[in-house]
Amino acid sequence: MSDSLAFFLIQVLNGVQEGLLLFLVASGLTLIFGIMGVINLAHGSFYMLGAYLAYAFATLTGDLWTAILIAVPLAIILGLALEVVLIRPLYGRDHLYQVLLTYGVILVLEEIRSLLFGDDVHGVTVPAFLDFSVPLKDALTYPAYRLFLSAICLAIAGAIWWLIRYTRLGMAIRAGSTNREMVQSLGIDIAWVYRAVFALGVALAALAGMIAAPVASVFPGMGNDVLIVSFVVVVIGGIGSIKGAFLSALLVGLADTFGQIYLPQLSGMTIYVLMAAVLLWRPAGLFGHAGAG
Amino acid sequence: MTQSIRKASRRRVLAGMAAAGAAAATGFVPTRFAIGQQAKIRLGLMLPYTGTYAALGKNIDDALRLAIHEKGGTLGGRDIEYVTLDDESDPAKGSDNANKLVARDKVDFMIGTVHSGVVMAMVKVARDTNTMLVIPNGGVGAATGALCAPNIFRTSFSNWQPAYAMGKVAADAGRKRAVVISWDYAAGKESTDAFTEAFTKGGGKTEKGLFLPFPGVEFQPLLTEIAALKPDVVYAFFAGGGAVKFVKDYAAAGLKKAIPLVGPGFLTDGTLEAQGEAAQGLETTLHYADDLKFAKDKTFRAAFKQATGRDADVYAVQGYDTGTLLISGLGAVKGDVKARDALVDAMEKTVFDSPRGRFTLSKAHNPVQDFYLRKVQGTENRYVRVAVKALADPATGCKMSA
Repeated sequence: MSDSLAFFLIQVLNGVQEGLLLFLVASGLTLIFGIMGVINLAHGSFYMLGAYLAYAFATLTGDLWTAILIAVPLAIILGLALEVVLIRPLYGRDHLYQVLLTYGVILVLEEIRSLLFGDDVHGVTVPAFLDFSVPLKDALTYPAYRLFLSAICLAIAGAIWWLIRYTRLGMAIRAGSTNREMVQSLGIDIAWVYRAVFALGVALAALAGMIAAPVASVFPGMGNDVLIVSFVVVVIGGIGSIKGAFLSALLVGLADTFGQIYLPQLSGMTIYVLMAAVLLWRPAGLFGHAGAG
Repeated sequence: MTQSIRKASRRRVLAGMAAAGAAAATGFVPTRFAIGQQAKIRLGLMLPYTGTYAALGKNIDDALRLAIHEKGGTLGGRDIEYVTLDDESDPAKGSDNANKLVARDKVDFMIGTVHSGVVMAMVKVARDTNTMLVIPNGGVGAATGALCAPNIFRTSFSNWQPAYAMGKVAADAGRKRAVVISWDYAAGKESTDAFTEAFTKGGGKTEKGLFLPFPGVEFQPLLTEIAALKPDVVYAFFAGGGAVKFVKDYAAAGLKKAIPLVGPGFLTDGTLEAQGEAAQGLETTLHYADDLKFAKDKTFRAAFKQATGRDADVYAVQGYDTGTLLISGLGAVKGDVKARDALVDAMEKTVFDSPRGRFTLSKAHNPVQDFYLRKVQGTENRYVRVAVKALADPATGCKMSA
């Protein structure tokens, strides 16, 4: 294999890996947005929260897996509590209310983060059994944790797909996104379905932050960048479509990676150019339903 | 809320300036103090006491007080009142904080700070209000370049200096092709440009500049690109948490064995415990090293350790030299801060033995100093040799250095 082809493939691997992690964050966002009709600006803050929880518990227990086992239930509880206290009164209201409220949640979480953890950059250690590198080229090796990260993301993507496609809850979620009243009159507790979706979304974002912590570091404002890119993913994929989010996350990951290499001056723009191009071609996104909302 | 505070402080500045102007016009300001009971000299320390740079601010503060304490705790015979203010390394709050020191606290000197963005705000206030300013760290070029002024001094370095020194070292070592990498912000550009300037002069060529948004740390695609380009040397400008992450990722990507990684001293200063094995053997350039042979350095490190219980570093040295510069300047005018011309003149001409070596200032008020090539061994940046002797910042755009 020629050198340039090999490096091209390694960059593809980098892009796919970035995309898979993005999918984890964006899947929750697209579910909450598409099914519940709620614009959740605080989604990036849940990602940040996950990373800081992983940092805190990993420092405390000395092990990332233990930290994740403790932190995921906490994230689910937080999601349930937020849905009951803050989000529920906003169903069916204008998006502006949701934007204002969830923006407020960003500020509150950011301030709590500053009080509890300070404003330093923190690192989380890679678990010992994954702390090695796979040799790829004479001058390049690939950290094993990154490969493992991609495997986890793929597994979770599969689990979400199975949940939506084949379970009762998934059926209720799909039905509820189309006609809330009809589902309710069929005897399904739609309020509970929404609560589950919101908690699932929060947990997915937080989990993404947790497993990304060893490669991305943990720092103030880390959620904001992720939020914007996640919205791009959701819009490209088509609002509410998990399949669309998956495909578009990979596209965005690849565009961002290759943008940094081939167009370093414009690297901040590539994903937005991609979004504009897709929307010109399919105004509702790759898997969106034009006209149906 | 913020708006009203900002307005209030601006009004106070104007009032202060008007009062000063009126006093000067009537000619009743005593220009020389008699020895005896007199007002204290007010030193306004605007440093990061919390956040990422808190440890740096603490070392600067402690070492500055140590220098003055060693000389009897007075400046030009006058007692001192310290006013401290946490700048939070937040450029957005820089102007307000600096204005508070000048207008509310009526300090005779502003001293600060670490973050270059906040330094720029302080430079602006110092120029607007003609307050004395000594910068004990932030290396932004303009402070002693296009925005230089008689009342602005720097005791640390300019971003250009260590980068230029490393460019020369890399070219002298016979390296021909370089890749530079940094965050996409002013200090990163200043540093990588200066490296390229010296490297090109020495016959090398910078083939590619890789930049990522501040303070991002997803280096993987850029490291892959470096492996693909296979340059002779990689110059990286990162500091703090970013420096830790970059050095570790560079090693994890297997690049360390194949392509030498170099940078200014910040890449490996105060970060070595966290970087561990990944940093061993890295070469960097700075105006200080952990094992210099100067007698002054030995006594300073011992005194600092005794006073604070911590080991001295380059930030402590810069704080210490800020103290020495004040002692020398105010000593020459016997503590009379109103004798501005004589004070500035004395500070400008100050020469002393710093822990880092001979300390002198350029006409633009930036140190002219030797830059050392250092190599990481264990948790120390060990002295290798002098990379460039008496290196002066070009002070581009400074009218004083013409």
